[in-house]
Amino acid sequence: MENLLPMAVSFFPDASTDAGLYILISLLYLAGAIGFVLSLKWMSDAKTARKGILAGEIGFVLAIIGTLLLPVITTTGYIYIAVAMLIGAAIGVPLGLLVPMTAMPQRIALSHAFGALAAGLVGIAKFYDATPDINWFVMAVLGIEIVLGALVFTGSLMAAGKLQEVKWLAQRPIVFPLQKTLNFAVLGLAAVMVVILAIDPSQVWAIPVIIIAGLTFGVLLIIPIGGADMPTVIALLNSYAGIAAALLGFVLENNLLIVAGALDGMSGLILSIIMCRAMNRSFRNVLFGAFGATEAEWGDQEVGSIRSASFDEAGEILKNSRLVVVVPGYGMAVAQAQHKVRELADTLEKEGVEVKYAIHPVAGRMPGHMNVLLAEANVPYEQLLDMEDINPEFPQVDVVLVLGANDVVNPAARHDQKSPIYGMPILDVDKAATVMVVKRSMRPGFAGVENELFFNEKTLMVFGDAKDVMGELITEITGNRDSINV
Amino acid sequence: MNVSVEFIMTGLFVFALAGFLGFETIRRVPRLLHTPLMALTNALSAISLVGSIVVLGGQYTAYTTILGFVAVIASMINVVGGFLITDKMLKMFKPREKPKKPESAEAEAM
Repeated sequence: MENLLPMAVSFFPDASTDAGLYILISLLYLAGAIGFVLSLKWMSDAKTARKGILAGEIGFVLAIIGTLLLPVITTTGYIYIAVAMLIGAAIGVPLGLLVPMTAMPQRIALSHAFGALAAGLVGIAKFYDATPDINWFVMAVLGIEIVLGALVFTGSLMAAGKLQEVKWLAQRPIVFPLQKTLNFAVLGLAAVMVVILAIDPSQVWAIPVIIIAGLTFGVLLIIPIGGADMPTVIALLNSYAGIAAALLGFVLENNLLIVAGALDGMSGLILSIIMCRAMNRSFRNVLFGAFGATEAEWGDQEVGSIRSASFDEAGEILKNSRLVVVVPGYGMAVAQAQHKVRELADTLEKEGVEVKYAIHPVAGRMPGHMNVLLAEANVPYEQLLDMEDINPEFPQVDVVLVLGANDVVNPAARHDQKSPIYGMPILDVDKAATVMVVKRSMRPGFAGVENELFFNEKTLMVFGDAKDVMGELITEITGNRDSINV
Repeated sequence: MNVSVEFIMTGLFVFALAGFLGFETIRRVPRLLHTPLMALTNALSAISLVGSIVVLGGQYTAYTTILGFVAVIASMINVVGGFLITDKMLKMFKPREKPKKPESAEAEAM
């Protein structure tokens, strides 16, 4: 069997490879790796971040050139490569330029799926090409790589579907009896197959089983996930995709893949940890896919009375304050209200009011979601403050404008041990003089918890769609309303 | 094919060091830029393109060629789309035009 197979899929198949060429390609890969690290380093400051993109791109071009120099690539191979790269680029350009910022979470999830698909397929090709001549260690790595690729592929597609609110996909977390048992059984099946292959790599039948188990596990992993857990899940899938790429590097004997995969894996890991901390979840809990789906027992809570404000009352209060802090949440993204929010801020600034934005780490559906949306609306980034920086300021704030955020401003997280969100760090908006909550109805937030902030005596509810309310408030503050009505 | 033990060991070195380097570098990325960071690392991990090119270009069997073809398309989508979208996002992050209130410029601490 092995004699029928041509040269193995390897970068430097045998000693006959020209040494000079080997050195050249290795140096190109090294330069590529340096470009990648620099691109991440420059990402640490908004001023240098775009330079970082350039470094990453140069790194990529060098890596591709190096790869194309490999002697294993045949003439027809070059044609296939050119065609496939053109098709990929033709799909990539609109996905890069045309996707609106509001669709960014699902766009990011989708790209995890593509990355995992590529890594998984290369791993599978590598297996079929090399079997049965694979040592046990490499086979184990390859097996894990294929499982990861498969599960990230379906998991990311599911996440993207949920975020896009695809009709046939349930948005609410689905929980059923023995769910964790089933999950572990599927993962266990994949693990057993990997062991079988590591012992005897000629057991070709085990590969489809691994692939199906991986694909199934990806689906199962996302079924119990609701919207508020999405930032953690996306970060975690990001990390898994990176690890898959790094494992592929071991199998293909390619250091560049190991470096890029390690960087991506680390980035996803750091983001996951930040998201976990921001939601007061243990990282271990998240790592094993035992996500939320807290079935809330709201209803047994004390419900006080609420005060609602009309647009002109709210406008008047805003106009007469010195410092207003806007707290955006997923509701702002849904209503696509970011531009109107900026308009309102501009209007207020013209009246001499200072406006800042308080961004909770898990506001929205992915890490940094609110920042991107507000940046799109031309909000200068100095005004976007992290939770730790804005929290000490709240006692000096005149008005907090809560826009479609809910659980991240619920004071119950600080003191109510029975609350499912107890212990989660929150924005201390209740310390401000007045809290204005823009909300469509009194429906509880994602965690299903009644928000005691709404019943606080400082709180004024302004009911309506975030975008419409912003428009109304702008007209109230500029005073255009009267001229129209007369 | 047998990946040599030496390569695996070198690979582990590279992986561990790149991991630490990545951790220390990425830790410094402000929350402000976490979405562009995800988009960028997505593009970078599409380096599987390099492996995909070898699988496709080497033309081993019809089967691996098809897998390689799809893999090149998928990773190329991420390379092109990933860099474009990261740049598009970063273009939107602008500082205040006229720094009228210097005390409010204590933005991105992490």
